Amino acid sequence: MTQNVLRTRVDHRAFVVPVVLLVLWAIASSLRLVDPHLLVPPATVAATLVQMLGGADYWSAVGSSLARVCGGFVLGGAAGLVVGVVLGVSRIAERIGAPTLHGARSVALFAWIPLLTAWFGDGEVAKVALIALAAFFPVALNTERGCRQVSNALLEVGRVLEFDRWTTVRRIILPAASRSIVTGLQLGLTTAWIGTIGAEYLVDQGTGIGIALSSARIDNRMDIILIYMLTLALMGLALNLIVRRNVVDD
Amino acid sequence: MIERVAERASVEIRDVWKSFAVDGAEVRALEGISLTVAPGEFVSIIGPSGCGKSTLLRLVAGLEVPDRGELWVDSSPVTGPSLRCGIAFQDHRLFPWLTVAANIGLGLLKTPRSQAEKRNAIQRLVDLVGLTGFENAYPRQLSGGMAQRASIARSLAAEPQILLLDEPLGALDALTRARMQAELLRIWERERVTVAMVTHDVTEAVLLSDRIVVMGRRPGRVREVLTVDVPRPRPRNAFSLATLSAQLAELLEGDLDN
Repeated sequence: MTQNVLRTRVDHRAFVVPVVLLVLWAIASSLRLVDPHLLVPPATVAATLVQMLGGADYWSAVGSSLARVCGGFVLGGAAGLVVGVVLGVSRIAERIGAPTLHGARSVALFAWIPLLTAWFGDGEVAKVALIALAAFFPVALNTERGCRQVSNALLEVGRVLEFDRWTTVRRIILPAASRSIVTGLQLGLTTAWIGTIGAEYLVDQGTGIGIALSSARIDNRMDIILIYMLTLALMGLALNLIVRRNVVDD
Repeated sequence: MIERVAERASVEIRDVWKSFAVDGAEVRALEGISLTVAPGEFVSIIGPSGCGKSTLLRLVAGLEVPDRGELWVDSSPVTGPSLRCGIAFQDHRLFPWLTVAANIGLGLLKTPRSQAEKRNAIQRLVDLVGLTGFENAYPRQLSGGMAQRASIARSLAAEPQILLLDEPLGALDALTRARMQAELLRIWERERVTVAMVTHDVTEAVLLSDRIVVMGRRPGRVREVLTVDVPRPRPRNAFSLATLSAQLAELLEGDLDN
């Protein structure tokens, strides 16, 4: 618990780098050292930010992305748990399935997009499928490893007490693997978030942060791009805090 | 407290051979072991480390399969692990995520009893091994001796006919050890169960057992079976025990010289 408090307390020194960057940015802009189209002055960004925070588009983009990452993470995470447990528990399933799983995982995430859009179209389904895939692999792999690494000493206790297969999984393997499984879920959430922005950017239909970034790029609106990047950074920090707090709580 | 009346079983080991593959080479652990344990008897198996005494216990428990020979428990062959045999391992092997009571309850998962009956059975075992008040403690909160007692309670939960103890007191300090030895005797007398205990402690074997099986080193063979004809309770410093201890120690030392 003490560690937890330490981790979540904000150290003021954390603001040194952002403030220095902000000052440099302001100086560079006011001295016209760079093209204002490439690096918008902070005042312009602030004005746009106030305008966007008051409008609906910004919030609907953030909301859509959050909904998408949740949906994809739940689907992919659940599938990853099931596949991970089956591969981790059954030697036959491991022989049959593990090589394919490890092969498929080494395909870069965004290389799936052409296939997914061909199957599911340029809409919501393809995006969620990609996010689910992003969450699936870390969850499946960590769950599999956790289940496989359960100590033989504990498994023998189950044998001596005449546990059947299901009792062994439920009473020994899953609790013993829970730490690995939680790690997998945390990793899966992080990769799902990366997958969400990527999927939105590359399959730009509907609303979402990635989609907003894509259209801001086409419109050449550097101020909007910066605001969404800042949003992503803050959301990433929040995600990290949630994930790390859980790790420490263990 | 409710006394249970378990059926005590005999153990028969007939010409059992066992070897293991270690780094591609075959290592003989047991070579032609034969041994009979009578119902209700307390037998200790003693010998230098690496003599195969733990392997012998694991064979009786059904955790290993012999290369040759047969094992019988109560006139039916051992075909695999069974609730007939309770086993307490040297490392207590309690599940770290369960409380003492829940760990003991694991032994009752496969017995058709009501929740209330199971609760009573668990409480009886907790009291039996002297862990009253620690029902809701987790293994990491227990001392070594307490964890070992919880482990023994778990192995007794399914009311086995035979209790196999694999150096259950090996990791304990001398004081705790002496106290646990007395407790083991008390449990054995109360539960009326056949006990086979692996140990490398001469005093412990002499103090507790009806008979002591002395095993020799690599490959494991039975070198001698000693009967302890001393009535219980046995005072630790009894002369007859000292003579026997000396005899045992000599047997074990002789093995080291070979």
